[in-house]
Amino acid sequence: MNPALQGLLMIIIGVGGCVGYFYGANVFLDKVLYPASGPNAGRNINRANMIRPWVFLFPAMAALGLYLAYPVVETLRMSFTERLSGGREQFVGFDNYSQMFGEPKFREALRNNMLWLIIVPAMSTALGLLAAQLTDRIRWGNIAKSIIFMPMAISFVGAAVIFKLIYEARPIDVQQIGVLNAVYMQLGGAEPQQWLTIPLWNNLFLMVVLVWIQTGFAMVILSAALRGIPEETIEAAIIDGANPFQIFFKIKVPQIMGTIVVVWTTITITVLKVFDIVFAMTNGQWETQVLANYMYDKMFRANDWGMGSAAAMVIMLLVMPILVWNVYNARKEMR
Amino acid sequence: MDSIAGKKSGLTWAVHISVAALVLLWIFPTLGLFVSSFRTGDQITASGWWKALFPSEQNEQFRAADPEDNRELIDGVYVVAGNVYVEAGKVDDPADVAADVSAWGVSSREISAYAPGETADMGEGETMTVQANGDYVWLGSDEQISGRAPRIFVTALSPPDFTLQNYNNVLFDPANREGMTKAFFNTLTVTIPATIIPILIAAFAAYALAWMDFPGRALLIAAVVGLLVVPLQLALIPLLKIHNDIGIGKGYLGVWLAHTGFGLPLAIYLLRNYMVGLPKDIIENAKVDGATDFQIFTKIILPLSFPALASFAIFQFLWTWNDLLVAMVFLIDSSGETTVMTRQIVELLGTRGGDWEILATSAFVSIAVPLGVFFAMQKYLVRGLLAGSVK
Repeated sequence: MNPALQGLLMIIIGVGGCVGYFYGANVFLDKVLYPASGPNAGRNINRANMIRPWVFLFPAMAALGLYLAYPVVETLRMSFTERLSGGREQFVGFDNYSQMFGEPKFREALRNNMLWLIIVPAMSTALGLLAAQLTDRIRWGNIAKSIIFMPMAISFVGAAVIFKLIYEARPIDVQQIGVLNAVYMQLGGAEPQQWLTIPLWNNLFLMVVLVWIQTGFAMVILSAALRGIPEETIEAAIIDGANPFQIFFKIKVPQIMGTIVVVWTTITITVLKVFDIVFAMTNGQWETQVLANYMYDKMFRANDWGMGSAAAMVIMLLVMPILVWNVYNARKEMR
Repeated sequence: MDSIAGKKSGLTWAVHISVAALVLLWIFPTLGLFVSSFRTGDQITASGWWKALFPSEQNEQFRAADPEDNRELIDGVYVVAGNVYVEAGKVDDPADVAADVSAWGVSSREISAYAPGETADMGEGETMTVQANGDYVWLGSDEQISGRAPRIFVTALSPPDFTLQNYNNVLFDPANREGMTKAFFNTLTVTIPATIIPILIAAFAAYALAWMDFPGRALLIAAVVGLLVVPLQLALIPLLKIHNDIGIGKGYLGVWLAHTGFGLPLAIYLLRNYMVGLPKDIIENAKVDGATDFQIFTKIILPLSFPALASFAIFQFLWTWNDLLVAMVFLIDSSGETTVMTRQIVELLGTRGGDWEILATSAFVSIAVPLGVFFAMQKYLVRGLLAGSVK
């Protein structure tokens, strides 16, 4: 069947199925199981209302359970096993982990991920804060915001192509078509550089891509937070003779610290999962490996599910503090 | 706020300039890809794209018209006259020539020996004259003006020159060598159901979590918040195993289900937060009037929640359209028939790494749709971001 047609059919079945389920389950509940009439009408209505939330929740809970909750447990279990021939599995304890930590490529990925975790959220948040503060003060600020925000819509793969063009190197005797090398030669560089092959620095060049994408996100959130600051506090500071820099760093930033933390953690999570950029630009060569790409390598290239799962668990472990913090805050807010 | 802040004109200028610098820095990369996609491969490798926007000095090589058909006998000498740009097919009329010849020559060793209007002596009375607009006159005896016409080397300031040929090649080439047309439709096939289905499922769940009272509600909300940040890397192998076990294998159904599952936490979280903020009176009034929860949901909550639904729809659309990992794991099999654009571009990066005209055009085709959605619905995207970041 033609995939487009199949897609259309899927929409109809999916949407129709959902609507049918919700409608049908409701009718069944109200008319058949606990009809709101007869001798037990009152009791039946109460019972139906007790069950209804679960009717509404069931598809979502099933999908969440199967597609997110169960895999966490299953991956944890798999990280302690090894696949044997014939589809059997053997419990191996922490062997996968110890083997993984012994691999130089893994330690490299861990080191790079730490670099990413420090540099990308810091740069994105700082640049986003700068952009938010500056664009709020000028008339064409909204246009400027749109443009800085725009990379959010661009895929990591598209961004990888965009930045590969920037890092492109041509032989020394012809014109440079990559901006970076053109500028470098203009500034008196000896010869064009293959930027993505220079260890340690190339990590920075990859990070630039993500910073470019995430700054807009940081800017939008922080800009809203900046606008929410009570004006009296700023007025008071002006009357006390504070200069614009003091107002920004001593009055505004402390008041939006909560939002800054939120932006920082959100970008941190994106960084931990970063895969496409590295996969498309270097595929982990020249010492640019990161955890997500390492995991993909282990799972789908080396076909080693045990070690792949162990690598995934390391990512999960790094996300864990943020997860706990978010849940804690959400619960606090609901009370 | 500016009036209160007592703005200082010097600082305002600094702000304008820094914002302009930021904006330029941010648009520059995308612009490079965009401009490159309208240049031929030769042009891209000949000069940086930023030079393509301005008239540039180019060396070109032409040949005078064939003397057999074009020579005329005037006052005892044979003459071939014409315009190099017209004969090369670049313009139809000499008056349209936009290039400005700054130097020319008749020998490959001295391609800029003469200024426009000067006459080159080619020996024994044979001469060549080239004007600034590319008009040339080639004079000589019967013997000289015959056989193969001489080459004319021209150094000229040429205006920007762009072409749509790349898009034609990538999108409408019947042989579909780059595979982008198919990938485009495959991406669309993945994206649309994967955007619509989670919205519906999440809306019901969000309503239950926002407005219905039942034991364990707080716990479920906490679970959703927790699942928001679970890296989908963990889900890959266990789910692939399930899909293989129940016979879905790799294919559209699997990728739709996967995107639905991965998108749900954000959908539920966004929609619940929005629905909780809806006025309580409306819902209670409706209940007093005898409306059931199902009616309240479909007739009141759903229409009122449109902004939140739109926000999530954009997120999910951008995410599924731009996704590479989920498609590689759950969709693309070894036949490659179901490849999506992101995957195809990575493939092209490997096989045609130097062909920037193909790469730039393919990448821009895949970027264009999300960019369009972005600019059309930016308001909802911003609103969704503000509501979606866990406070």
